[in-house]
Amino acid sequence: VNLWQGVDPSQLITLSILLPLVGAVLIIAAGKYPNLRETVTLTTAVALFSIVLAITDYTYSGVKMELDVVELFPGLGINFFVEPLGVLFALVASFLWIITSIYAIGYMRGHHEENQTRFFCCFAIAISSVMAICFSGNLLTLFIFYEVLTLSTYPLVTHAGTKAAKKGGRVYLGILLSTSIAFLLFAVIGTYSVTGTLDFVDGGIFDESESKAVLGFLLVLFCYGIGKAAIMPFHRWLPAAMVAPTPVSALLHAVAVVKAGVFSILKVVIYIFGVDNLKDIPTTDIMLYIGAATILLSSCIAMTKDNLKARLAYSTVSQLSYIVVGALLASSIATAGAALHIATHAVGKITLFFCAGAIMVAAHKKEISDMVGLGRKMPITFAAFAIGAISIIGLPPMAGTWSKWYLTIGALEADKLIIVAVLMISSLLNIAYLLPIPIKAFFAAPSNGSGATAEGAEPWSWSQTQEAPLPILIALTVTSIGCLALFFYPEPLIELINMIPDVSTEMGSAAVAPAEMGEG
Amino acid sequence: MLEQHLAALPILIPLIAAPIALLLNRSLYSWLFATAASAWASVTAWQLLVLTLSEGVVSYAVGGWAPPWGIELRVDTASAFVLLAVSAISTFVLVYSKDSIEKEFEESKHALFYTAHLLCLAGLTGILLTGDAFNLFVFLEISSLATYTLVSLASDRRCLTAAFRYLVMGTIGATFILIGVGLLYMKTGTLNMLDLAQRIELYDNSRTINTGLAFIMVGVSIKLALFPLHRWLPPAYTHAPSAVTAFLASTATKVAVYVMIRFIFTVFGADYVFHEMNMDLVLMVLATVAIFKCSYMATVQSNIKTALAYSSVAQIGYMMLGVSLVSVTGLMSGLIHVFNHALMKGALFMAVGAVFYRMGSVDLKAFRGLGRHMPLTMAAFTLAGLSIIGVPLTVGFISKWYLVSAALEQNNWILAALVLGGSLFAIVYIGRILEAAYFKDLPEGVDPNSIKEVPWLMLAPMWVLVIANIYFGIDTSLTTDAASSAAQWLFQGVEQTMSEQTVIEQAATVDSSVPTNIVQEASL
Repeated sequence: VNLWQGVDPSQLITLSILLPLVGAVLIIAAGKYPNLRETVTLTTAVALFSIVLAITDYTYSGVKMELDVVELFPGLGINFFVEPLGVLFALVASFLWIITSIYAIGYMRGHHEENQTRFFCCFAIAISSVMAICFSGNLLTLFIFYEVLTLSTYPLVTHAGTKAAKKGGRVYLGILLSTSIAFLLFAVIGTYSVTGTLDFVDGGIFDESESKAVLGFLLVLFCYGIGKAAIMPFHRWLPAAMVAPTPVSALLHAVAVVKAGVFSILKVVIYIFGVDNLKDIPTTDIMLYIGAATILLSSCIAMTKDNLKARLAYSTVSQLSYIVVGALLASSIATAGAALHIATHAVGKITLFFCAGAIMVAAHKKEISDMVGLGRKMPITFAAFAIGAISIIGLPPMAGTWSKWYLTIGALEADKLIIVAVLMISSLLNIAYLLPIPIKAFFAAPSNGSGATAEGAEPWSWSQTQEAPLPILIALTVTSIGCLALFFYPEPLIELINMIPDVSTEMGSAAVAPAEMGEG
Repeated sequence: MLEQHLAALPILIPLIAAPIALLLNRSLYSWLFATAASAWASVTAWQLLVLTLSEGVVSYAVGGWAPPWGIELRVDTASAFVLLAVSAISTFVLVYSKDSIEKEFEESKHALFYTAHLLCLAGLTGILLTGDAFNLFVFLEISSLATYTLVSLASDRRCLTAAFRYLVMGTIGATFILIGVGLLYMKTGTLNMLDLAQRIELYDNSRTINTGLAFIMVGVSIKLALFPLHRWLPPAYTHAPSAVTAFLASTATKVAVYVMIRFIFTVFGADYVFHEMNMDLVLMVLATVAIFKCSYMATVQSNIKTALAYSSVAQIGYMMLGVSLVSVTGLMSGLIHVFNHALMKGALFMAVGAVFYRMGSVDLKAFRGLGRHMPLTMAAFTLAGLSIIGVPLTVGFISKWYLVSAALEQNNWILAALVLGGSLFAIVYIGRILEAAYFKDLPEGVDPNSIKEVPWLMLAPMWVLVIANIYFGIDTSLTTDAASSAAQWLFQGVEQTMSEQTVIEQAATVDSSVPTNIVQEASL
């Protein structure tokens, strides 16, 4: 599947970052002609996906791809380096960009949003910075594009321009920018002054002799500095960002932005600290339990929310901490589960957000209590919602099963029974706050007056349906099929994850071998 | 012929041009002439920087009288670096000022404005180039007197009290410097800086020299508005004409920072100032308090010029913090920030001036809805604002990186945390202006059709500075090379006396090679 045979592999990185930017310029140029503008968006998205596929192809065959761009400080600059984890994230983000673009066309037009050109343009810039984050070769590059991503998504969050949007935007920018400047930049410069390098190196860059207190301090700074990972108490920006139009919530706040956060944490754990060295750091367990607490607390908060998008937002906060917990368990198999969760949670959660948007466009409903009985009118949407919900819960035959499986085995391997319990309780909580929505939509009668009950008694037929516009339906069908497909064919992704150093989905890898021998 | 007088040209060009600009006495001619003169001075500044980067020090004996008897102009990388920033900003501000001052005061004063501006420039470049302590005081007075005139030119009558307050404080500062220099002369019998440095070294614990140091430090601190001696600055910047604020904010205090560095490192010697007199602790505490107190003050002002003025005082704190770290990286971060902050504040004050041009006010309310009506101005303001916050790919990020690195180099994690924490205030004081501009509608009673972009002569220099903010945030080779070689050169003396204290560990890794002839000269 390599359409870019003629191009030098390393230049593919440049292409993947520049292409969305070129797309952004063309989108502005075509701003007056909506159809042409949307064609540009779709073409760019498809082309970007094909580039990422080509990069994936080269990664499988072990071709090295790196690129130095500019030196900002003597011996330290912006450079890019392709490694499997980044490829995984890039695949997910670029594939879902295509789907979201299709969806956004239906949504933005169906919802009669203003300033659509600015919307599609900022979207493309955000994707460009996500690509740069995926392929970043050192912490400085990662930090720079992390900030670019924050700033380029701010206009998207405040798209509506209302008072609520301004307030949401203030929280969004305030938390993300201040955590990144006060903690992440501190951690980056601190790491640089301790080690003299910021490169991502297999097994980490810290010396054995480095003071554990300093490492522990840096780990906390990293975990909270990467505010996009939404570890409590710095999670408030994610619910605040829900004032954005639904496609933004779907791609950015279920996939690109939040996953950029947990992706950065995984990168730091794998390539800066080293998975095997984590257990010697005093604060690892503290952050692990804060992550576990985030999982449970935000699931509980999600249950209290009647606004569908708010509930999904808190669900995302909780699911992100799965990845944080997986990264901090210091077990290769849990890290693999965390990496896989980037992909599986992405398809599941984006399906749910697509459904939320579809309901908003077709039925103009935002509150969950108003959605009772709506399944008759919107059967496809709610079927997709059920599939997405089951995937998030982690039940077969949906994609979420695998990542939760590996995370649980990892927790067992690391002898952290509490984490196993947390994962199980969280699954139950997920069931409690997600599944009732489609069930009530399908099986309960609408509660609004007697006329509706009579209508509900009638035999159901397709003519009753009032579904959202076609592009929306296409998008949410594709992602729900994705949830199924990743359950039956997870191998390509798992193969990719196994290529990450120190990370493996196989039981009994290096990390546990000595312990087992001891027991024997 | 001019080649051999290169070192004197940056002073002479504006000094000679100033009275001519007054004689031309027509707004347009004076403007053209002043801008051309300032541009020429910038070119010579650039040539000087290139020369010092390749040859080290350029020494020029005024009138052919050999130092230490005659007045010496002595240009090293540090002075050439700041000189380039000052003269380039002056040129951009002059381009900008044509339309700006037309709106702000009557035409009869225009020629006077250009004259005062050129005199101020001559004074500032003189301070940067001279190698003579008394001569430095003279140039300081030239620039200060010109500055008082510039501030009082605005049509708003509050500028008169602001200028008067500035005059009183400035004169006290200048007098303190004069007393300090006098004390040094009394003890050593020389005014040449290098000569002074060598003789001061011979006196151990002399009370006269200690007193001289105290007077000079306090005097210069007033001039550079170091907390708590900064009270004159916000009113002066607020009520001065926009073009004057843009020029002063990005040059005058920077030159005062340079004077401080010059006195500490070249005249007194860092070892004496920092280790015997413990000035580093004093500076560090004052600088840190300045960062927090004045950044906070910036967030609560409703007049945006005042807010940015307080921000300037806070930023001076960052520069002095870099100096107080007593390391090559620290000094380098201070020098880089002198240059970078000139770029940011120049652009910001120009944008604010553009808002005044259209709205007739610089209150926070006046910014409402401008994102839609003055998109280019507000985009420039946004980018320069991001730079002052320190977002990557802007110069602000480079400054912050070096300052935090310098703090961490000495394992001072708390100071590093304070620096980063202090910079969060910038998000607030820039953020609330941007919110007003992009989320609110125009104030009531303003005709939406009357609010459009400012003339391109105001936009162009503003955008040149904004682009410089981004360019020097990505391609840092010029700024880091110049600043690091300047810092190493200033540190030569310290290195010899403190080599055993291993403060300079990092010196070797900072990318630059110091030509051997400099080392020889320094050890003279």
